[in-house]
Parts: sequence; structure tokens; C-alpha cells
Amino acid sequence: MSKSNTILYLDGVSVSFDGFRAINNLSLVLDKGEMRAIIGPNGAGKTTMMDIVTGKTRPDEGEVFFDGQVDLTRHDEAEIAMMGIGRKFQKPTVFESHTIEENLMLALKGPRSIFPALFHRQSAAEARQIDDILGIIRLGDKRRELAANLSHGQKQWLEIGMLLAQDPKLLLVDEPVAGMTDAETEETARLLRDIARDHSVIVVEHDMHFVRELGVKVTCLHEGSVLSEGTLDFVSADERVVEVYLGR
Amino acid sequence: MSGRFFAAGADRRIAITIFVLLAVAVIVPLLNLAVSPTSAFYVPSYIVALTGKYLCYALLALSLDLVWGYCGILSLGHGAFFALGGYAMGMYLMRQIGSRGVYGNPILPDFMVFLNYKELPWFWTGFDHFWFAGLMVLAVPGLLAFIFGWFAFRSRVTGVYLSIITQAMTYALLLAFFRNDMGFGGNNGLTDFKDILGFNVQADATRSALFAASAIMLALAVVITWAIVGSKYGKLLMAVRDAESRTRFLGWRAENIKLFAFTVSAVMAGIAGALYVPQVGIINPGEFEPSNSIEVVIWAAVGGRGTIVGPIIGALLVNAGKSWFTGVLPEFWLFALGGLFVAVTLLLPKGIIGMWDSWRGNARALRAASLAEEAGTEVGIASATSKPARSPARNPGEWSWSDPEPQAAE
Ligand SMILES: Nc1ncnc2c1ncn2[C@@H]1O[C@H](COP(=O)(O)OP(=O)(O)OP(=O)(O)O)[C@@H](O)[C@H]1O
Ligand SMILES: [Mg+2]
Repeated sequence: MSKSNTILYLDGVSVSFDGFRAINNLSLVLDKGEMRAIIGPNGAGKTTMMDIVTGKTRPDEGEVFFDGQVDLTRHDEAEIAMMGIGRKFQKPTVFESHTIEENLMLALKGPRSIFPALFHRQSAAEARQIDDILGIIRLGDKRRELAANLSHGQKQWLEIGMLLAQDPKLLLVDEPVAGMTDAETEETARLLRDIARDHSVIVVEHDMHFVRELGVKVTCLHEGSVLSEGTLDFVSADERVVEVYLGR
Repeated sequence: MSGRFFAAGADRRIAITIFVLLAVAVIVPLLNLAVSPTSAFYVPSYIVALTGKYLCYALLALSLDLVWGYCGILSLGHGAFFALGGYAMGMYLMRQIGSRGVYGNPILPDFMVFLNYKELPWFWTGFDHFWFAGLMVLAVPGLLAFIFGWFAFRSRVTGVYLSIITQAMTYALLLAFFRNDMGFGGNNGLTDFKDILGFNVQADATRSALFAASAIMLALAVVITWAIVGSKYGKLLMAVRDAESRTRFLGWRAENIKLFAFTVSAVMAGIAGALYVPQVGIINPGEFEPSNSIEVVIWAAVGGRGTIVGPIIGALLVNAGKSWFTGVLPEFWLFALGGLFVAVTLLLPKGIIGMWDSWRGNARALRAASLAEEAGTEVGIASATSKPARSPARNPGEWSWSDPEPQAAE
């Protein structure tokens, strides 16, 4: 298969932890500009797949390519982040002892070395970007509050906001609506659809209602490899998917 | 809101500390030198020397605060950087003795003559110049911290493992400096100093000057630490402390962020050691003792880490306590120190400063509450009646059961 028009290309990827194969000969291709939803039972390897793409876990075998030509297995987390892959963790992870604004400031695209950070003064352009993002994630009125004081759902949004500040080409979003109300969930689906207009996105979710809202191609993982792939209707009609996941 | 209030309170506290240190740097020497010994305001020379020593300890505690309080690196080896700075200064002071030593050798310090050295070891060259020694005070601890941190942070050694290897580092240096053939005076270390920059180290005026230098240097270190912590880099330092992997996935190199703070901190510790040695008149391998480094951690914990001011207060109080205790009940000091550490960890996890803040916060909240009560008794009654009345809980679980607050999922 050609890698040329792909943003993410995984082929024959496997990884074991103490003999347990968490990812097993996984192949997955994401086109440029595509948004994909990934579903699958607990322990299917969804988070581990993101760990591999972002450099946290090295695959034992297989190819992982970004943007058609960059071999991600040769780079570490910081390098991969700088190439333009952003990630939201399954458990929302923000800097709790910093304010919302400061969280976004640290995520904002820009130089990543020590001395510029030591002498950094916020520019008008940066302030505007932060204002824009605060508007998008609806936390403008809380900008000076500590992130520790946010609700679970708001932390999820802040983390998505940090992703936006990073301005990556590819966003990996792990369970963004866990702990959200129905209204917040719908809002998040709208936000991700917006983001997907000019970014490539992978969303992992268990919430089928939310996945339907996204309205994109779905991949179901099971025991570390792809079980089924297609429209949500196609995948949810797949007997194997019903058996291991939806039917429970 | 309250976070902001405390931030403003913390800034004011730091500014006051800087002001007090600068004032003390002027006033104490004046009270020692210009006031007659019979006056009630006279500060005796031994107090000047003792408090000067405490200020060096405070600088050491502050240097630990930068890495431990703000970046979560629990170094149990900061005493090593302190001692190395002290040795660099000690070597300068040794060379200043010249031919006034017991053996009268114009080049070789007494211990070298005694150990049959024929010439000065190469690493002693240059130490007859103050500027060179001063440079080494910064460079040697800084370089050691840089090399140590380079390997440790790159291989992602964190937490208790990192603490253990810092402890191993200071222990290795202790053993090395005990050896006579290392060329640093072995067991006895460096002592019998005569002059610093041409002034007699024992003279009152010199002691006062060293005291003032320590206070000013501590004030300067507070300014620098404050600036670092307040910068975007400082925010990163805390971000690495709270969620290291998050910073990596944002593209930051957590190892470099730690390395910079660790190196700056080691340089500060080295300066503290260099100011300490002329005031106490000796530097020996005992300063590398692992327990010394652990004591520094206790000072910072007692005062309150991550507050800049806390570790300074902790160092001053614990050492004043130590001086008092070792005078009255010398054999109980270590028990008292251990007990203090346990008590602080259990009762005051945020140290003295943290206790002060929460006390102030409570007082403020109480005042606000009583004001609100006066202003809005009717509102309070109205809202109480509009809610369905809760029957008294029969068991403690019931209150939380009926609590409508949504719980955050983990
Ligand atoms: N670092 C690790 N060490 C050992 N085992 C691991 C590690 N990371 C993941 N695993 C295991 O790999 C399997 C896949 O885990 P993963 O977190 O990728 O699942 P998931 O699909 O994200 O599940 P969930 O829906 O619960 O988030 C699990 O059995 C997990 O225990
Ligand atoms: Mg997962």
C-alpha cells in the first residue's frame, strides 16, 4: 500500500509487555485530513496504539510512519510532538497548579528551549491566540483559576484547548467525553468536527452516541488488531463486533 | 480567587525577605563595629559569625528549594555541592597562608609538606588568585551537577532512585576526600586560614564583611530564584514536577528543564559553601557526610518547600535550635531533629509557611463569613426554607448520599 497520501501509516505493528501481546500485527492507515473513530473493548490496545504513535512505547516490530515519510519509531516524545502530533490522555492531564491561561501558554506553539522560556514575554499575538482558544473551549471566565479547580469535563476541554494551542497536524484524542454530561458530549462532538475541518484526528471513545455524532469512519480494535472497519452502521452490524464489544 | 490572593501574598513576603536581608547586611556589622561593647545594642562578634554561618545554610536550603520545591527533584546530595564550593574557597585560603605555616614552606601548604609532597599538584595551580578560586566555586559544583544530571535525567531516573544516587554521589565524594593522596588534606581537610583578600579572617571587620556578603548573596539568590520561578521557564519547572509526561507530549524536553535548574541550584549551593568556609575556619570531608544533605531537606521541609522564603526560615530556625540544643542537651539533638521531621511531615506537610497561609486563609474566610452573615441573615433563612429540609443524618454516609454534587470520574 502506498504511504504517499497518509498522515499516519501503521503496518504489522506488534508490542508485548512481559510476553502479553497488547498490540498484535496491527495495520491502520489514516488519510490526510481524515477523522477516524476507534472503538473496542477495554484492553483492546487503543491507548497502547497512541503510545506507539507518540513515542512513549517502542514497537517490537512493524512500521509506523507519519506524513508518509517520517519513521516515528526513530524519534522520542518531544520530537514527535514538535513534528505535529498532539495527544489528549485518557485520564485528563493538565497542570493543576497553574491557571487555565498558563496551561495554554505552555502548550502554545513556539520555540521549546530553555533560554527563550526564561526571558519570555507574552506577545500580543500570543495573547490573542489564547483568547481565541479560551473562547472555543468556553473557559474564558475561568482563565485565572487554577486548573485543579476545574470539573472533570472542563479539564477534558482544557486539554483539548492545549492541543489546539499546540496546533498539530494530527490529533490523538483518547476518550474525550468520559465524565461529561449529554449536553457537554454533544458540544464536544461539534468541537471535534470543527477541528477535523483542517486537522487529521483519531478519536478513541466508548460512547456510541458520541461516535454517531462524529459521523466518520470507525475502526474496531480487539486484542491488539483491527477487528472491523467501515461506517458505524457497518461496524455495529458486524457479528464479531457485536460479540466482543457491543453485545455485552 | 484565593489562589491569586496567596500568590500576591507570597510575592510580598519574598519582597520583604529581600529587604530584611539587605537591611541586616548593613545593620548587624554596624552594631558590631561602631557600637561600644558596653551598649545594649552591641552585637558580639561570635553572634556575627554564628548568624553568618546560618545565612550560608539558608542559601543552601534555598538552592535545594529550587529543585525540590519547584521541580520535585529530591536531592539528597546537595551537601556535596556545598562542600565542593567550600573546598575551592579553602584552597584559596590555604595558598594565602604562604610561608606563615608551621613548616614555613612558601608554596606548599603544611599538610603537603607533612605528606612529603615535592611540588604543588596541578589542580592546585591558580588557587592563589581569588578570581580563579571564585570561578572554581561556581564551575566545579556546576559542572558536577551538569554531568550528573545529564546522565540521570536523560535516562529518566526519577523519584526515590534519583534520591538514592544523589546520596551515593555525596558518599563517594566523602570517601574520596578522606584519602590523603587526593591532595585535599585528607581527614583533617583545610584549616588554619590566615587572610582573605589580604584581611585577617579572624578580625571583627572581616567577619562583619563576610556576614554582609552572605546576607547580600542570599538576597541576590532570592531575587534570582524568584525571577526564575516567575518566568515561563519556572512555570515549566512546576509543570514537569506535576505532570512530566504531559510536558514531553507538548514538545518540551523535560530532561533539559530539570538539568538547568539542577545546575543553577548546585552553583548556588557552591557559593553558600564558599561563604561558609572562611566564617567557620575549616573545611573537611565531614561536609560530604550524607546526613548533612538530609538535614538540608529537613530545613526546607520545616520551613515549607516551594515557597522560597520557607526554606530560609527553616534553615535559620532549625540551626538556631541546634545551637541551643547542643549547648543544653547535646546527646538529644539527633532525636530532636528526627522528631521534628516526623512531626512536620505528619502535622505540617506544607511547613511553617503553609501553616501560616492556611491560618491566614481561614481567618479571612471566617471574617468574610461573619460579614456575609450580618449582611444576609434574611437571605440565608429564605434559601434554607426553599430547600427541602434534610433530616439529621443517622449515619455519616447519609449526608454524602443525598449530596447532589456530581462526582468526578477517575
Ligand atoms: N506499560 C504497560 N505495561 C504492561 N502492560 C500494559 C502496558 N500498557 C498497556 N498494557 C496492557 O496492554 C493492554 C492494552 O491496554 P490499553 O490501555 O491500550 O487498552 P485500551 O484499549 O486503551 O483500554 P481502555 O478502553 O480500558 O482504555 C492492557 O491489557 C494493558 O494492561
Ligand atoms: Mg485506553
